[in-house]
Amino acid sequence: MWVILILIALALYAIYLYNHLITLRNRVDNAWAQIDIQLKRRYDLIPNLVETVKAYAAHEKEIFEKVTELRYRAMSARGVSDASQANNELTQALRTLFAVAEAYPELKANQNFLSLQEELTNTENKIAFSRQFYNDVVLEFNRAIEVFPTNIIARWMNLTPKVYYQVPEEERGPIKVQF
Amino acid sequence: MANTLYDLISANKRKTWLFIIVFSLLLGLVGYIIVNLFDWGTVGYLFWAVFIIFYNLITYYYSDKIALASAGAKPADPNEFRVLHNVVEEVAIAAGIPKPKVYIINDPAPNAFATGRSPNNASIAVTTGMLLLADRRELQGVVAHEISHIRNYDILLMTIAAVMGGLIILLRDFFFFFRPGRRDNDRDNMGILYLIGIILAIISPLLVALIRAAISRQREYLADASGSMIIRDPEALASALEKLLHFQKNMMSASDATAHLFIASPFGQDRTSVTSLFATHPPLEDRIRRLRSLVV
Repeated sequence: MWVILILIALALYAIYLYNHLITLRNRVDNAWAQIDIQLKRRYDLIPNLVETVKAYAAHEKEIFEKVTELRYRAMSARGVSDASQANNELTQALRTLFAVAEAYPELKANQNFLSLQEELTNTENKIAFSRQFYNDVVLEFNRAIEVFPTNIIARWMNLTPKVYYQVPEEERGPIKVQF
Repeated sequence: MANTLYDLISANKRKTWLFIIVFSLLLGLVGYIIVNLFDWGTVGYLFWAVFIIFYNLITYYYSDKIALASAGAKPADPNEFRVLHNVVEEVAIAAGIPKPKVYIINDPAPNAFATGRSPNNASIAVTTGMLLLADRRELQGVVAHEISHIRNYDILLMTIAAVMGGLIILLRDFFFFFRPGRRDNDRDNMGILYLIGIILAIISPLLVALIRAAISRQREYLADASGSMIIRDPEALASALEKLLHFQKNMMSASDATAHLFIASPFGQDRTSVTSLFATHPPLEDRIRRLRSLVV
């Protein structure tokens, strides 16, 4: 009699852990989907930005090419690790582009440019904040599949640790994305 | 961290219920006196009971709209106030709550407040003065402070307190100035009404003090700190508050009942030690100092 009760209790506990792990895994996937939406939005904004800046500063060819190339690379990156690295480089290049734009007063007065700048700042901040959220969730997930007794269930479910979204070295402090 | 946040949220919900119960009892007492005075009998009691129930329901579901309307807040146009909408959306993502509704108050005094029932049903209002004064980063700091009030469920307690405090002030004025005809046989009753007015006039500052004690200035420090945690940038709010220090003005639609809702006192900065005891907000210098000592 007691043995049966204990077995039932253990089974219920295992079901609970299983469901908990599924919830955590879905949370990680969902957090990544949030970042992905913002990344896609940024890819869409960039060609428009390059065209606008080109109209005023045609000879800054180098930076246009770099941004275009990095955008392409980020778009074709697969997996969190590659995607985060490519996108961090893209962020750097965009910063340079906006720094270049500083030298053109006419460009800075262009309404279209200003609204693109605001949109990109907005997307950039959203990426940074959803990255923060994503990494928190990954931390929780990775901890859950390592501790006893959840690790037994996790191994049986073939769960592996999730990859963190890389935070660029110069941004380890407070997030200050301001172009 | 997670534990303390959940403790905070349940403490806020508990206090909200306590508020509703205490005010219902108070309203019941006033009703009891009035019904007895005019000898309205059972119908009077019934009417009053229905009134209290409706009053509580209205406060619960509409207090945010009442607070917004009394501050003169209008929905912010997404095209005209693009930056504000974007900033609110960003910080909401960082805090992991849905984007609150965004309102604008046409007032040159820089200020902001948040209201609503829960993170799913919240609003943020910012004055045009704040938009002129703060740059994008500072605005992010201010919005993060308001969003942390929303996430901590401070808004429900603060808004209900504001609307109930408003009713007490209204009742006091009603009994004080209510003078229908001056017939002789009514004079006794009128005298008693006047007495209730005086009693309410005496207890209303106490009630307002009670509201402020429940809401506590500690809450502002906490919202400053947890807002900075949300965006991981204490300097954003610190530099916004520093600007407020130099540009603070009285708001056009400030009232005793809603003062505690705002990020900074709508009555301007009071520096005398006597008023600081009863102030709704801690001194700005102190908040700036605490923010600058935070390490994230």
